[in-house]
Amino acid sequence: MSFIDFSRNIISCKIVYYGPGRCGKTTNLLHIYANMTEGRKGQLISIDTQGDKTLFFDFLPLSLGRIKNFDIKIQLYTVPGQVMYNSSRKLVLKGVDGVVFVADSQMVRRADNTESFENLRENLIDEKKDLEQIPLVLQFNKQDLAAQGHSLLREEILVQDLQTRDPVPRFLASAVTGEAVFETLREISKLTVKDVVKRVVKHL
Amino acid sequence: MLLQLFDCIYLDTTLRDITGRRQDMDITLSKQQVDGITGILTSYLINPGVDCCLLIDRSGNLLISKGDPLSMDTSALAALTAANFGATEEIARLIGERNFTLLFHKGERENIHFSKVGEHLILITIFGHNVSLGLVRLKVEEAARGIVRLFETSG
Repeated sequence: MSFIDFSRNIISCKIVYYGPGRCGKTTNLLHIYANMTEGRKGQLISIDTQGDKTLFFDFLPLSLGRIKNFDIKIQLYTVPGQVMYNSSRKLVLKGVDGVVFVADSQMVRRADNTESFENLRENLIDEKKDLEQIPLVLQFNKQDLAAQGHSLLREEILVQDLQTRDPVPRFLASAVTGEAVFETLREISKLTVKDVVKRVVKHL
Repeated sequence: MLLQLFDCIYLDTTLRDITGRRQDMDITLSKQQVDGITGILTSYLINPGVDCCLLIDRSGNLLISKGDPLSMDTSALAALTAANFGATEEIARLIGERNFTLLFHKGERENIHFSKVGEHLILITIFGHNVSLGLVRLKVEEAARGIVRLFETSG
């Protein structure tokens, strides 16, 4: 649920990074946090376990500048990827405006990606949202592992596994090196803000 | 262009979903509504002596804050409170309750009180030991009723 404050001219949107466990959602946020200009980023909050797995969520508020005289504020969240934490994922998805689905490009993680994607579809239905309608960007992460000899899924296979009715923007990325992390963020922010404006206008 | 669109919405000012009648709707706040809520928070909570109060939505957006939030990160507080409320709701279901309408944490110097406002908002109140919990509970309830009434009449 986005929030538009006319007294302070602020538009706030919620973007959730979704995907299977250990696919690099938190690493995306850590890279954004480390490379974003001071003053544009808030505090990065992580609720994780000792093993560095996200237990509940990570949260990073960002200011993305102004459109006309409106300040655009984005709140980035990650969900815990492990299958057993579905209630936490549902809570984080509450009021979501846009989703980045982070897929692990390793061949051995193929089934985990599709399972998580279907789980996203189901959880969005509970939120009365449709995966086919919500602003969505696919990020095929861990591309750097190819150089270390790991077998990666081809892009066409990943696209075929994570299929939506209409094609959505996608990026080959490596969150640890920062490759395509900001491109992903830029694209999902653009789509989400546009969608929020469109939705609000529809309710006039 | 964007500004023109929003100027139109300014007149619409729908917060009807706050009272539970409309689901899955974006929140827009007009200046009049912000002023109205600020007035309610000031008279019911700030004047009796609480340090600060924040109105947030269930997805973790900070809508309005009043009082002195010290050096607190209010965005983080809003996100964590929404999550805390959601988690507590799940706990309530586990013991057969529909939900818990309020939460309270006691600290050494500061206390924090959370209360639902309508279906989609949460009021956070931070107060020291100069104000009693009973008074805070009473005033929060009155303020919550006032805010819901304000949305019903302006929605």
